[in-house]
Amino acid sequence: MKTFNYHTPKDIKEASKLASTSSAFLAGGMTSIPSMKLGLATYKDIIDIKHIKKLSGIKVSGKTVTIGATTKHAEVANSKDVKKAIPSLAKLAGGIGDAQVRNRGTVGGSIANNDPSACYPSACMALNAIIHTNNRKIEAAKFFKGMFETALKKGEIIEAVVFNIPDKSNYQKHPNPASRYAIVGVYLAKYKKEVNVAITGAKPVVYVDKDLSKALSNSFSVSAIDGIKLDSSEMNSDIHASGDFRASLVVTYAKKAVEAC
Amino acid sequence: MASLVGSRVERKEDKRLLTGKGRYTADINIANQTYAAFVRSPHARAKIKKIDISKALKASGVVEILTGEEIAADKIGGLIAGWAIRSEDGSEMKVPANPPLAKDSANFVGEPIAVVFAESLDEAKAAVDLVKVDYKVLKGVINTAEAMKGETIHDGIDKNLCYDWLLGDRKAVEEAFAKADKIIKVDLINNRCVPNAMEPRACVVDYNTASEEITLYTTSQNPHLSRLIMSAFGGVAPENKLRVVAPDVGGGFGSKINVYNEEIVCSWASKKIERPIKWVAERTESFLTDTHGRDHVTHAELAVTNDGKFLAFKNETIANLGAYARVFGTVTPTYLFGPCATGVYTIPAAYTNVKAVYTNTAPVDAYRGAGRPEATYTIERLVEKAAMELGIDRTEIRMRNFPTEFPFKQTLVHTVDSGDYVASLEKAKQMSDYKGFEVRRKKSEANGKLRGIGVSSYFEACGIAPSAVVMSLGCGVGLWESSEVRFNPTGQVSVYTGAHSHGQGHDTTFAQIAADELGVGLDVVDVIHGDTDKGTFGMGTYGSRSLAVGGIAIVNACRKIVAKGKRVAAKMLEVSEDEINFKDGEFVVTKSNKKKTIGEIAFACYLPGSRDSEFKSPLPEGEEPGLIETSFFDPSNFSFPAGSHIAEVEINPETGEVKVEKYTAVDDFGRIVNPLVVEGQVHGGIAQGIGQALHENTEYDETGQLITASYMDYTMPRADNFPEFNLGFTCTHATSNPLGVKGCGEAGAIASPPTIMNAVIDALGGQEITMPATAEKVWKACKALKKPNSKAA
Ligand SMILES: Cc1cc2nc3c(=O)[nH]c(=O)nc-3n(C[C@H](O)[C@H](O)[C@H](O)COP(=O)(O)OP(=O)(O)OC[C@H]3O[C@@H](n4cnc5c(N)ncnc54)[C@H](O)[C@@H]3O)c2cc1C
Repeated sequence: MKTFNYHTPKDIKEASKLASTSSAFLAGGMTSIPSMKLGLATYKDIIDIKHIKKLSGIKVSGKTVTIGATTKHAEVANSKDVKKAIPSLAKLAGGIGDAQVRNRGTVGGSIANNDPSACYPSACMALNAIIHTNNRKIEAAKFFKGMFETALKKGEIIEAVVFNIPDKSNYQKHPNPASRYAIVGVYLAKYKKEVNVAITGAKPVVYVDKDLSKALSNSFSVSAIDGIKLDSSEMNSDIHASGDFRASLVVTYAKKAVEAC
Repeated sequence: MASLVGSRVERKEDKRLLTGKGRYTADINIANQTYAAFVRSPHARAKIKKIDISKALKASGVVEILTGEEIAADKIGGLIAGWAIRSEDGSEMKVPANPPLAKDSANFVGEPIAVVFAESLDEAKAAVDLVKVDYKVLKGVINTAEAMKGETIHDGIDKNLCYDWLLGDRKAVEEAFAKADKIIKVDLINNRCVPNAMEPRACVVDYNTASEEITLYTTSQNPHLSRLIMSAFGGVAPENKLRVVAPDVGGGFGSKINVYNEEIVCSWASKKIERPIKWVAERTESFLTDTHGRDHVTHAELAVTNDGKFLAFKNETIANLGAYARVFGTVTPTYLFGPCATGVYTIPAAYTNVKAVYTNTAPVDAYRGAGRPEATYTIERLVEKAAMELGIDRTEIRMRNFPTEFPFKQTLVHTVDSGDYVASLEKAKQMSDYKGFEVRRKKSEANGKLRGIGVSSYFEACGIAPSAVVMSLGCGVGLWESSEVRFNPTGQVSVYTGAHSHGQGHDTTFAQIAADELGVGLDVVDVIHGDTDKGTFGMGTYGSRSLAVGGIAIVNACRKIVAKGKRVAAKMLEVSEDEINFKDGEFVVTKSNKKKTIGEIAFACYLPGSRDSEFKSPLPEGEEPGLIETSFFDPSNFSFPAGSHIAEVEINPETGEVKVEKYTAVDDFGRIVNPLVVEGQVHGGIAQGIGQALHENTEYDETGQLITASYMDYTMPRADNFPEFNLGFTCTHATSNPLGVKGCGEAGAIASPPTIMNAVIDALGGQEITMPATAEKVWKACKALKKPNSKAA
């Protein structure tokens, strides 16, 4: 790992000011530290935001669950409030990586990184989340731009993610056998007027599958999506799963998610 | 006194290892040390045209940079192949030079080209980036099956062929095949595995400018052998000026048998730069440069009669050696493979032909089981397929071909001294509720799942030793083992062994043996290993040999101590030797019940005199003082553990996931010294074998880049991939050693891949599928299934 300057700003303003084109915020460090160790990324400045109290914590109000950016996966997984309001969100957090990763990794880091096979982006999409930053509020649909690419600007810090509580929801994941990221992750959320089926892992960036969402909005049942064949041409293909396999898995896990609701 | 041998003694070393107090090579730091970082080839195959170190030399903190030029100029030898194998036509195998730093050409990604020594690791690594190597990139030879058709990698080695070896009688086999009712055929790939020891390789070297002695701390399974190789072949230093210490070592699985480039380079360089040197592999370096395992492509056939008798066996295998032939690289796919490929069966005629090829991939060497897992996979896939095709129950067809008498003269090479193959298969059937399988299959089917059952019966030849035998097969050294047992004046016992523990629990099991032999408590016995300056010589730990060879040297040294003790006791008790009986640590005069403890005898041996009786020695005339004995043990035969394993898997046809539902292992390891340790070894072995069968995916792309060089892509099995293992034992004693022990370290990894794959293939209605049976492969196979399988168990 190359040497870098380490900063511990006391508040969000200071943290934002320290940011440059060759800096990174340090939340859980579960993505940034391995990439630095492997020489895939080098930064002049590492800005540790873990100690900024305002960025952490869970709040459930009538219609929403708000999770502070530096809240750890394990905290979400074990939160009684989250389990009650959106059990599938707690389940998603509890299925990320392994215990070590869950005890360090954060929701803010996960969505800022926007790994194509990360779990949280699918929750944001399906649960119509609003990403609060130090400058603005961004709808999930406009936040995840492309592979490892988001709407965040330089120095912009995610403060919290606000999820809308659905009537029913479920998250299903086919884990990568090695890393346990999602080969395919299906987040299904049912609201009064719509059903959202958000898919991670299958394409370069998280997306809401229109066919599945529409079919389930019309009729919320396994049989409604049973025959659906997804186009695999745009799906990711790697040593762990071809596009065809992913396309099939999406439907399989969508069915499981419906069953589990 | 209750016997310690046979009891579940908790591991003495666990207190140290589980509380973070283990002392591994990376924990060792020497004042004024420099840090080494290697420039490695990014190409699978390239000519090295020029190396420019000028910029790197000027970088901050750099002490020295050395390349293949310097190491060649100093006449430091390369890495070696430890076994010489002859081709069928009588010609000697072809082995390329393998210099510690590649000078003219690089032959696999990760091969060391140059080394930087700097004041800090960061500086060393930064300077590595500044070394400019001018390569001419060539087309690599990557694929095992295609290797003989590729460009010649090493000058003068035609078709990239190291040898074309034959064991057995082709003519007899062809004759038997002509008479067969049916011929069963399989095409198999035994997938390459990366050993993945938890502790990465490392070395710390300290050159003493006064004594001119090099001390090498290293992650080795066999420090004495390493010293011998480095001295005799590397020319690094004479043996008396080279001390090799392998302290706590965090797993080897065969990958730490070899003396590697880094150890030779750092030892040589420490003398050159007159500074201590430290090098610790990063995980990526481990993936790229640790010796890998397996990598066979096999076509095998079994000639059978309609009632399931095996008539003849043929095996045509291409074995990938990787870029170079290493210590056990050439013997693993020959004498460790061919003889065991006929399995636990009486098969009148057989042959195994192996073509060992070079490719531009990491060298392949012994990996837990070494050759015997490949052998067992071959025969057990054939046997299971034979049962399916003939419609005979898979256990019944095995029973029909088991030998009925021991010693069992196996088709090729081995005479198996003892065993009872029927007993272990019967026990495994009973423990696994084999009869109840159909009910469980139906239950799974009702849940939309496919359930399969698989059996594998295996034997293996381990306790790798008889020197006369192994040397006749081409081994460059004798494979005996030695021990020195020191009874200290104040009553503790130090047991020195040439074996090396890196997960096997020798601190405990070897102490149990010595404590029993000497009749002392476990707490006063210390087992010392891993240091060429401590104790006698030894060949190290691999091939499940530590107990069956090294343990017996301890027994024999202890028995020499007792024999001397008896002579001394006789003198002290004023009786003749044959009037004395040694039991539970006491020399007792049978008639009078007068006695001396072994501790008193030891004390007398070291202090042979007393104040009150002048000139009266307790030692018999001519007896030397002290109580230290040494023994070198060279057994008369290999040892032959055997057993039967049964697994059940459940497949989710929609996701392709395979879940191991039940795993039963019944093994015959002869006498068991410590059931707790043995169970641990079996668990680890099974886990490793299931890893190979279902998870571990070593993949090189067509240019020779290892695309699974990290845990993000290489699937290591984890605890949640396994069910509770159901273990049982049967026991027939080995006759080749006085304890009757056989060895247990590799058995799990030998038996489990075919057990699991037979179960997967059963669930898939007989469809062949290659290892690792990953989700996508299984999903595809499920799609090809017309209707759910309906084979009877
Ligand atoms: C072995 C392993 C398995 C994993 N498995 C999964 C899995 O199954 N599913 C899954 O979803 N993820 C998985 N992850 C990723 C994990 O969830 C990480 O926590 C996540 O990717 C990054 O979060 P972090 O807090 O560690 O971020 P860091 O590594 O600290 O930062 C990552 C990036 O995010 C930026 N950043 C961090 N916080 C903020 C913020 N508040 N505002 C703006 N930018 C910010 C940083 O600048 C940096 O560029 C796994 C990781 C590992 C190592």
